Amino acid sequence: MTEQPDTFPRLLLHQAKVRPDRPAFREKDLGIWQTWSWAQVADEVRSLACGLAEQGFRRGDRLAVIGDNRPRLYWAMMAAQALGGVPVPLYQDAVAAEMVFVLQDADVGFAVVEDQEQVDKLLEVLPQCPRLKRICFDDPRGLRHYTHPELMSLDGLQETGRQVAGREFFAGEIEKGRPSDIAVILYTSGTTGNPKGVSQTHAAMIQTARVLVAFDGFAEDDDILCYLPMAWVGDFLYSYAQVHIAGFCLNCPESPATVMTDLREIGPTYYFGPPRVYENILTQVMIRIEDASWLKRRMFHAFMGVAKRVGMKVLEGKSGVSLKDRLLYGLGELLVYGPLKNVLGMSRIRVAYTGGEAIGPDLFDFYRSIGINLKQLYGMTETCVTVCMHPSGDVKLETVGRPMPGVEVRIADSGEVLVRSPGVMKEYYKQPDATREAIDAEGFFHTGDAGYFDADGHLKIIDRAKDVGKLADGTLFAPKYIENKLKFFPYIKEAVCFGHGRGKVCVFVNFDMEAVANWAEKRNLPYTGYTDLAAQPAVYELVRECVEKVNRDLAADAALGNSQIHRFLILQKELDADDGELTRTRKVRRRHIAEKYAVLVDALYSDKTSCFIETQMRFEDGRTGTVSADLRIMEAKTYSVAAAREAA
Amino acid sequence: MNAGRKVGAAVLEIDEVSLAFGGVVALQGVSFDVREHEIRAIIGPNGAGKSSMLNVINGVYHPQQGSVAFKGHRRRVVDPHEAARQGIARTFQNIALFRGMTVLDNIMTGRNLKMKSNFLQQALYWGAARREELEHRARVETVIDFLEIEHIRKTPVGRLSYGLQKRVELARALAAEPELLLLDEPMAGMNLEEKQDMSRFILDVNDQLGTTIVLIEHDMSVVMDLSDRVVVLDYGRKIADGTPEEVRNNKDVIDAYLGVAH
Repeated sequence: MTEQPDTFPRLLLHQAKVRPDRPAFREKDLGIWQTWSWAQVADEVRSLACGLAEQGFRRGDRLAVIGDNRPRLYWAMMAAQALGGVPVPLYQDAVAAEMVFVLQDADVGFAVVEDQEQVDKLLEVLPQCPRLKRICFDDPRGLRHYTHPELMSLDGLQETGRQVAGREFFAGEIEKGRPSDIAVILYTSGTTGNPKGVSQTHAAMIQTARVLVAFDGFAEDDDILCYLPMAWVGDFLYSYAQVHIAGFCLNCPESPATVMTDLREIGPTYYFGPPRVYENILTQVMIRIEDASWLKRRMFHAFMGVAKRVGMKVLEGKSGVSLKDRLLYGLGELLVYGPLKNVLGMSRIRVAYTGGEAIGPDLFDFYRSIGINLKQLYGMTETCVTVCMHPSGDVKLETVGRPMPGVEVRIADSGEVLVRSPGVMKEYYKQPDATREAIDAEGFFHTGDAGYFDADGHLKIIDRAKDVGKLADGTLFAPKYIENKLKFFPYIKEAVCFGHGRGKVCVFVNFDMEAVANWAEKRNLPYTGYTDLAAQPAVYELVRECVEKVNRDLAADAALGNSQIHRFLILQKELDADDGELTRTRKVRRRHIAEKYAVLVDALYSDKTSCFIETQMRFEDGRTGTVSADLRIMEAKTYSVAAAREAA
Repeated sequence: MNAGRKVGAAVLEIDEVSLAFGGVVALQGVSFDVREHEIRAIIGPNGAGKSSMLNVINGVYHPQQGSVAFKGHRRRVVDPHEAARQGIARTFQNIALFRGMTVLDNIMTGRNLKMKSNFLQQALYWGAARREELEHRARVETVIDFLEIEHIRKTPVGRLSYGLQKRVELARALAAEPELLLLDEPMAGMNLEEKQDMSRFILDVNDQLGTTIVLIEHDMSVVMDLSDRVVVLDYGRKIADGTPEEVRNNKDVIDAYLGVAH
């Protein structure tokens, strides 16, 4: 076997040589999909790299990349790597103040950003980041009159790059790269404390991506739509790294608002989304079906019934499906599933993944039953994701699959999941203490998740290890497990459970505005907005039904039966990342919420039936306002554990 | 903010224009000018004659006295299509779009005057008609990009929010590549965020495309922020003309808006 390229820049040159004319990148611009072949991309990257070098970018320098998924931003990452530098992608929707930490921590000297919005943010924090000396922008719109000496257009940068005869220089710089060099620093969203910079080497990313490409058999004719934030490890691994290995095409949406249309036009063969994306799509479908004509609605529900019964067996190629059901399913494919998948842009999907959070049973079954090979995976930034995945044909809803080739998974005595693999990070950037804490002497990374292997060898994750607590009577309390059960109801968007060290479990609820608003309209309930709906008795009843169903479920579980929900309230505002209540990836920041709403928590554990609260909230334009409300607290029915087990 | 754009010589001159509908006098001897590349606001209380003034400029109303000169062509009576051909486009106070057609098709209608191929060629979509359609579509796409309405390209206008419909109307006017853009209350009925968006688009149009803009607006903060010069009408007469600062401190204007004790 010939030697395989072992750094990203070498892979780029390799692809440009092996398949120069195959499409590598597409982007919709002015209504038309523009395509760049691998040879063209190599060319663009060379001019960017030479331009950056002209501007003083040296080996080991960090390049911040901020913006929506644009081809040139990806190329800038390639250019930085070609020069032996390290790209540091940032979340594009973060406010300026949040960017300061990363810019300072990573000693960023150069930034490549998408547009005026990002330029404004960086200029705002420039005084706090003295090292930042050059900001290059992709879209010049609105920037004509900016006179800051730090600013430069990417067009200009590439122009200077083209003028120098850079072919040898470019090849020479790539030659100097080593697989053990840092390929990228990805900042973790930081459920607690400041974000940490996860340093991943070329070797770790490339080895992991090779395993992934082999696992699902990706080839050059595959297509992916990259719409998730570039700062997230998933985008780096699934889009950037896999494209380098398999040579398939990375498609960039026209704008974040057009993703659904773009999805349909591109028809990717490979798709990744966190559960909430799948959930949003399903909610949209359901709302539209409810508004469709009588005939269409009847047809949809009838064939979804067939799909529910036999769809998953057909997908997994299992026997035991009668000829009649096969014919019915075929007819359904023709009349319902096929057109539906077409509308969703999922006609060509071979594999779709979800991960990061638990996925609801209805959601998971819906996609699989209409023939979309949706699978789960488990992993984190520190392990290049890729710890466990569902192999095709061996999929179980409540697990995250089997350990991947080359990955060792061990369960500690405390129940924590430990991982050793080629994809485990080199270090937390500039934080040796944190690194030592996370990776033990044997090289196992401590994930912080609690889980266990089931009888089939599939890993099941229940919660964060540190969040798993005990009620006052010693019953196991897994808050996320309960919250997820609540969130599987379409009406409930977020939930925050309390109970560690207390006598009973109580919960805050955020309902799903879209679903509940629709529900309210159907019942002719007048309302003005979220806060108003949150105070309505009918909405409380709706949520109470959901809570009681969860209690019935929990009662059947031997270990968690006593952690049923006794009291709940509906928060008067939606939890928001801008108010620090969620992380940028929309995970609940439990402790922060418990502190911020301490009054409400106390009220839940008293015998009060209502509680007054006033909170600050931040609007999208940065101004703040206050929302105040008198919140009701409601009791929920709990079930006897013994009776439930007898019934089951 | 507008450092890059140079306000030039007068491009539109209104000279002693008077307009009456039977016994109702809408405009009485109004004179003012609009310079190239500037944003000129017309303000005044209800019924002051603002919309009538715009209608005179683009030829919908024909004044009984006085004249209008656009780019040196002085005339008293002009037809709307002639005004459009000279490079004047407008939006309306009450949105005038084709509600059942998509955003894209609505904006394409803005290119109508520039289409040369005949009905038969277009029906067959062949030869010159096809080439022309592609050219016009490309131009329309730049407008869509400019106003950031990619996500509603294929949506029927009737399904859009009011704020977005206003933006589509602006897009249609821009598709005609006007030299003079008349905006009749572009921000009426919008919420704060929509107003901010629209203000930014108006400034962008003026700054990046160099279009001269005449706008009628009731929101004073918008007028003060956007316009270079303001003309104030009251009962069909011009009562003030000058920079926003001058107009704001003008006694007649304060009286007209707040009323005076008799």
